[in-house]
Amino acid sequence: MNTPIQNRYEFVYFFDIENGNPNGDPDAGNMPRIDPETSHGLVSDVCLKRKIRNFVEISKGIQSPYEIYIREKAILNLTHERAHQAVGTEDKGDGKKRKNLGADVEKARAWMCANFFDVRTFGAVMSTGGKLNCGQVRGPVQINFARSIDSIVPLEVSITRMAVATEKEAEHQSGDNRTMGRKHIVPYALYRAEGYISAHLAAQTGFSEDDLNLLWESLENMFEHDHSAARGKMCARRLIVFKHDSMLGNAPAHKLFDLVKAEPKDDSKPARAISDYDIFVNQDGLPAGVTLEEKI
Amino acid sequence: MSYGIKLKVWGRYACFSRPEMKVERVSYDVITPSAARGILESVYWKPSITWVIDRIHVLRPIRFDNIRRNELSAKLPLTAIRKAIKDAYSPVEIFIEDARQQRAAMVLRDVAYVIEAHFEIKQGNEDNSSAKHKDMFERRARKGQCFHQPYLGCREFPAHFELIEGDIPRSELEDEKDLGWMLHDIDFANNMEAKFFRAIMRDGIIEVPLFNGEEVRG
Repeated sequence: MNTPIQNRYEFVYFFDIENGNPNGDPDAGNMPRIDPETSHGLVSDVCLKRKIRNFVEISKGIQSPYEIYIREKAILNLTHERAHQAVGTEDKGDGKKRKNLGADVEKARAWMCANFFDVRTFGAVMSTGGKLNCGQVRGPVQINFARSIDSIVPLEVSITRMAVATEKEAEHQSGDNRTMGRKHIVPYALYRAEGYISAHLAAQTGFSEDDLNLLWESLENMFEHDHSAARGKMCARRLIVFKHDSMLGNAPAHKLFDLVKAEPKDDSKPARAISDYDIFVNQDGLPAGVTLEEKI
Repeated sequence: MSYGIKLKVWGRYACFSRPEMKVERVSYDVITPSAARGILESVYWKPSITWVIDRIHVLRPIRFDNIRRNELSAKLPLTAIRKAIKDAYSPVEIFIEDARQQRAAMVLRDVAYVIEAHFEIKQGNEDNSSAKHKDMFERRARKGQCFHQPYLGCREFPAHFELIEGDIPRSELEDEKDLGWMLHDIDFANNMEAKFFRAIMRDGIIEVPLFNGEEVRG
């Protein structure tokens, strides 16, 4: 078991999208999510976490201590050998109410944290089946909604398919066999997400330096393995990390986030590339006891 | 009895779910005493003290927004973990495609509150110097230190915070508004029973009754 991290961190993460849909809104027919009051684009926290999980799953394979608990069907039911110590309590299977359920939950929780990266990082809720409800893990990493720097204008693109699904449709069209479909795209947008890492919660789940580096690596590379017809071109552009030299931290998070600003270079025309933005990092305003690392 | 503290908290979104609408989450109009206590505890807490929320100042107009997300419909069964621990090869996994649930959340946006609170020392503790606890809380809040980043109801809605040492900023709200019955807190000593109180906002200020008081009902 690695030692848990000893520092509090905050990070600012910029990613952009070209001609794609970064995160569809199920309420709006899968249009890109939009803040209705300002027309800024949104990407939900869970969307980013999903990509981190997927990256860890493919980069580490499915093996302890990097197993992923909430998975996509990208890899079909790999049964795999596990090499962890058996510490279980015997289940008699006699239908009697088990004793020491609390201790059991504690054991299960520790085991989950030790083996599963996503439980150790983001936490998980485990139901206990009994009346006890304490199988909860709060993870150290907290991510907020990403939001675009400028307002976005999603386009609806109609597309055609030169085939139909059923014979009935073919008869209807007397052999023309075409279907219309639609895609929603954002021509270009730069998004900014912010995250927090608590050293104290890391101590409770065993989130270590290695895990932290894997998290940074995921943020750097997760879009490289997440291409699809819907998403267009997504890139991680900047990852700016604030490292406090203590577990509790040395400065308020909002003050650190304010040191990083992204602004369009030219307000008169819509941005269409990362080069249309300036990202400023105010190194001089850094409070004592906080160091800044630019990972990307 | 100890002295009170004042903490300003604000953020872009917040969701203080109403217990009667938990599936498609709908937020209360304002922060609950329970969530406010959680924020204070995320900055400073020790088992020897209990935070008591006295007053909540609602600084900004109450506005809602709707967000729908894919969520997980199942929880991790303990039995599966125990089995895997025992035989060392049973899978422990949930496939998001099989257990997907789309849930909407009616959340608050652009909120700002001032939490006025004090703490009480639990009986029979040696760690009972109230000046020490107050100093520690204030020192941390002043520096922006916290045990973990506080949040406004859900962890995806982080709260920024700062200590208020002078006057409390004026609320933008006026007049009296009855917010109805609202969750006060969960009674952990008493089988996790939820307790409610009648929240009335006068000029943006809600007086929170004592948890064991007469106005609070289970």
